Amino acid sequence: MLTKRIIPCLDIKDGRTVKGVNFEQLRDAGDPLELAAFYASEGADELVFLDITATVEKRKTLTELVNKIAHKINIPFTVGGGIQSEEDVRILLQNGADKISINTAAFQNPDIINRVAKNFGSQCVVLAIDTKLEADGNWYVYLKGGREKTNTLTMDWARQAVDLGVGEILLTSMNHDGTKQGFALDITAALSSCLPVPIIASGGGGNEAHFYDVFTKGKADAALAASIFHYKEVTIPHLKKYLNEKGIAVRI
Amino acid sequence: MKTVIIKYNAGNIQSVLYALERIGVSALVTDALEEIQTADKVIFPGVGEASSAMQYLKERNLDTLIKNLKQPVLGICLGMQLMCTHSTENNTNCLGIFEEQVKHFETPDPTIKIPQIGWNTIRALKTPLFKGIAENSFTYFVHGYYAAKGQHTIATTNYIQEYSSGLQKDNFYGVQFHPEKSALVGEQIIQNFLSL
Repeated sequence: MLTKRIIPCLDIKDGRTVKGVNFEQLRDAGDPLELAAFYASEGADELVFLDITATVEKRKTLTELVNKIAHKINIPFTVGGGIQSEEDVRILLQNGADKISINTAAFQNPDIINRVAKNFGSQCVVLAIDTKLEADGNWYVYLKGGREKTNTLTMDWARQAVDLGVGEILLTSMNHDGTKQGFALDITAALSSCLPVPIIASGGGGNEAHFYDVFTKGKADAALAASIFHYKEVTIPHLKKYLNEKGIAVRI
Repeated sequence: MKTVIIKYNAGNIQSVLYALERIGVSALVTDALEEIQTADKVIFPGVGEASSAMQYLKERNLDTLIKNLKQPVLGICLGMQLMCTHSTENNTNCLGIFEEQVKHFETPDPTIKIPQIGWNTIRALKTPLFKGIAENSFTYFVHGYYAAKGQHTIATTNYIQEYSSGLQKDNFYGVQFHPEKSALVGEQIIQNFLSL
C-alpha cells in the first residue's frame, strides 16, 4: 500500500542550516549534510531543502551543497528557493536533486512549468504555493515568500499548474505556518480532492494529532514540517508509530 | 569488476551513479557500445517518456545491443518498462525482453493519484536479486505506467491493482521502484545485483 510521507524541511542560508537546531547527537547541527543524514536514518520519507539566501552570487554554494547531499543521502530530496529559469533547474537536477520546487517564477512565467516538465519530466516538478485565507473567505496565492498578494485563487492557480505539468503541489498556509495549531485542512482537502497530483501539506503541524488530521480530514499525501522536527517536539520514529497505530499507512 | 550505467536521454543517471559510490563501487556512465558490451554488470536506468527514450536508443543502436547482452543487466523504472514488449505510453514498441505489457494506471476513483509517488511495499520476492530482503519491504516509486503481472514477475506491488515491481528473464532483471532512492533496502538490492 502506498504510504503517507513525512517530510522534514531544512532552511539553508549560505550553505548552512538555519533555525537553530538542537541535536546533541550531531557534531554540527548547522551542517545540512549531517542533519539530512540524521533525518534519513530516523525514517524521513523525503527531504526538502529550501534555499533562503537565493541570491545569484550564492547559487554556486547551493549547487555544491546539492551535489554533496546527492552523494550522501539515500532517499529522495527536493530543492527549492530562488529558482528562476530552466537553466537553474537543469543545474540542480544535474547535481543530483530528485525534484525542484518553484514558486514565484512559475506564477510570473507559467511556461517554465511546461518546459521543465517536458524536458525533465513532471515527476521532478513540485509547485510550491503560499496561500492565505482572506476576510472574503477565499484562499489567495501569495508570492515572494508571502510578501506579495495576488488576486488569483489558489484553486485556480493549482489547476492551471497541473495542466501545465507539475507533478506535485507543496501547499503552505500562511494563516497556519508557525502557529503549531494544525494544518489548513479545508484548502488541503479541496486541492487533494480535485487534483490528480499528490498534495504536500505544510504549515501549522505542531503535534502528532495534527499529522493524523491532515492525512485523514485534509486528504494530504504527504506532510512537511521544519522546526518541530528540528527542536524534537515531534520525532519522526514516534510520529510514524503513532500514525501506524491509528491506522495510517506509513513506512516504518 | 566493470560496472556500466547506460547513458541516454533519461533522468536519474547521476542518482544511480552516486548510489553505487555510496556502496564503494565506481561505475562508468556511457553510451559507447564497446564499453557496454565488455562490462561485467550493466545498469539501465531511466525516468522519462517511453517513445523518445526508445527513439534515442535506436538511433545509437543501443536497442539491439541491450537485448543481446549476456551479462547481468538491471533495468530501473523506465529502464525496466523499456525492456518489456510494448508500452501504451505513446504506443511504443519496446525491447521485447519481457513479454509483460506496460499500461497506464486507470481507476474510476478520482481520489487515487496518478502517477504513484512515494513508498510502497514489494512482495512475492523471487531470485537472488532480493536475497536478504524481507517480504513487504518499502521501496520508493514514481511512475504512471506499470508492467502487468506475468511469467517473469519476481516481485509484486499493489497500487490500484497488483502489478510487477520486479521482472527477470535469464540475465535480465528489472525493478519498477528506484533502488538508488530506497534507503538501505535499495542499497541491498543494488549489492545483490552486483553479486549476481
